[in-house]
Amino acid sequence: MPVMNIIQAVNDALRIEMRRDQRVVVLGEDVGKFGGVFRATSGLFEEFGPDRVIDTPLAEAGIIGSAVGMALYGLRPVPEIQFADFIYPAYDQIVNELAKFRYRSGGQYPAPVVIRTPYGGGIRGGHYHSQSPEAYFVHTPGLKVVIPSNPYDAKGLLLSAMRGEDPVIFMEPKRVYRAARGEVPEGDYTVPLGQAKIVREGKGITVLAYGAMLHTVIEAAAKAAEAGIDAEVIDLRTLLPLDLETVLTSVRKTGRVCIVHEAPRTCGYGAELAALIAEKALTSLEAPIERVAGFDTPFPYTLENEYLPSPERVMASMRRAVEFQ
Amino acid sequence: MSLAPGTAPRRRLDGLAEADIAQATGLYQVLREDGSCDEGELGPELTPLKLLEIYRGMLVIRVMDERLLALQRQGRIGFYGEARGQEASVIGSAAATRPDDWILPALREAGAGIFRGMPLSAYIAQIFGTGDDPCKGRQMPCHPGWRGANYVPMSSCIATQLPHAVGVAWGMKIEGKGRVCLGYIGDGGTSEEDFHVAMNFAGVYQLPLVIVCQNNQWAISTPQQRQTAAETIALKGLGYGLPSFRCDGNDVLAVYSTVAAAVARARAGGGASFVETLTYRMGAHSSSDDPTRYRDEGITEAWKQKDPLLRMRRYLEHKRLLDPARDAELAVEIEAEVRAAVAAQEAAPPPPVESIIEDVFAEPPAHLREQLATYLSERE
Repeated sequence: MPVMNIIQAVNDALRIEMRRDQRVVVLGEDVGKFGGVFRATSGLFEEFGPDRVIDTPLAEAGIIGSAVGMALYGLRPVPEIQFADFIYPAYDQIVNELAKFRYRSGGQYPAPVVIRTPYGGGIRGGHYHSQSPEAYFVHTPGLKVVIPSNPYDAKGLLLSAMRGEDPVIFMEPKRVYRAARGEVPEGDYTVPLGQAKIVREGKGITVLAYGAMLHTVIEAAAKAAEAGIDAEVIDLRTLLPLDLETVLTSVRKTGRVCIVHEAPRTCGYGAELAALIAEKALTSLEAPIERVAGFDTPFPYTLENEYLPSPERVMASMRRAVEFQ
Repeated sequence: MSLAPGTAPRRRLDGLAEADIAQATGLYQVLREDGSCDEGELGPELTPLKLLEIYRGMLVIRVMDERLLALQRQGRIGFYGEARGQEASVIGSAAATRPDDWILPALREAGAGIFRGMPLSAYIAQIFGTGDDPCKGRQMPCHPGWRGANYVPMSSCIATQLPHAVGVAWGMKIEGKGRVCLGYIGDGGTSEEDFHVAMNFAGVYQLPLVIVCQNNQWAISTPQQRQTAAETIALKGLGYGLPSFRCDGNDVLAVYSTVAAAVARARAGGGASFVETLTYRMGAHSSSDDPTRYRDEGITEAWKQKDPLLRMRRYLEHKRLLDPARDAELAVEIEAEVRAAVAAQEAAPPPPVESIIEDVFAEPPAHLREQLATYLSERE
């Protein structure tokens, strides 16, 4: 089985789907001849031509707005926003148009657009090449939000997203774009949206993460094991729809929870997870729910390693939860 | 009009001819206010039947708006936004489309949807938000949509529909069936970023698209001069490399001829165009607005002399296609249809509560099903 990184897996998924379905088009800044600033669309322009692999003017609202129109007409657009930090000019198009079209038209005009965008810190990118804006989109009814952590899931989830009937925000963890390598089957397969994955089984504490943070958590869990803490690590993979059953089953077993994300803490996705766990599994809890998150600050350049949850911070948090009496 | 289909070159700044600027700053007119016209300006497709169809489309808007505004005043509907005074812009442009073309409307183009086959009953069901509304009562009045007429429901956000029109036109371009998309905007909307984004994309991509700006000179209380320092709105199109035209928006045949030429050019692969129709908002922005607080209604009175229905009626009477008796009959027919639809919708039930979670996604996910179940159990 070939070994790929996340960029190659995304590229492979796009190529497979563009070959299978003539309606799929890719559009964005520099995605055509150049193949994207991260090379995720490399080679697609040569194979599918300028009608289906579209270099756009530099305007995110135009990229997403025209993708919405394409979807209304029956195409399956997969726009790329070069960095998630630049998605806000298209925020109105995403929140007020894309997310609401099926609903406001009474089902007459669905808009199945899959927006790919690299997100997250740890690449020396400062405020505007590091953000994790997933919570805004989870909060918007009508959008699905998917964040893979590894190449196998990236390919399988992207193929599922492109074959679905709903708008999807597909956030790619750029810090591990090349670092996360793994075996990826050739050809077609899908990973369904809404299924979390237990990455490490354990009995002592449930640790919930997604995207780049999953790798931080795995490192922390290995260290924790040496200290006698038996962590169960769950890769959520899809934030909406959430695989709540897998989360709750684990929490009922361990009684302790640590939630990790790099987005700011206040009203982050962890807040929703904590609320759901408190609502549905309060009597199983043996300690306060722990959250490890970015600071409630703009993303800093020089102090990014201090801002981002580290294995040490995750470890400390797990220890607090496990030692709570 | 020098706008032969498929022949317009890409516009370059050094290639801008006097004629390009003249088309974007002048005011193309076919019908004089007395209803006379130079028949040579009219295409052969404007048969007596088509002319009467156009007039009826305009009359539908006028009669329907009067009736529905009255209902709003009586408290029987929550909100209404009329298109009084703009009937020529709406119908003249819609009449230039084919059934398989698409319309991405702004606020005042419902008449275009009805002209293209959206049932009056569907429009009125949307206003009442009943279970008969094709959009299932999801938006406030005057946000209709009807797939059968390729008339896409708008949001209340301004100009967002124009990037959608670009995307629809892209789909049409690669499909190659010669379809054209019409995207509408108002004068206020030309200040929004989505207008500029769409104009720019339209120019770069040479799409089968016509962007029509109904310049009714008022965005709620803000006059055109406070919206832009440009001499005309049509001039904006030239900067984006789009052939751009300005016509008398109260002259239905001028609007028709201008938009038809742009549509023909788009259909033949010649790319997108921009059309400004200069008209006037004779009424309020909506039933929630009071224009006497901010504008000189003496000017509104003067515009009543330019009433687009009056001008077209005079023309049809000159041509002996219409007389006052037949005109009155038409209005009675339309009003009866409106009254019947209103009566039906006043008796129609709202959408079922279960529909609240439908169409958020293709299938309601577990958390929405749970929210509905909780609501239903608490209601009992």
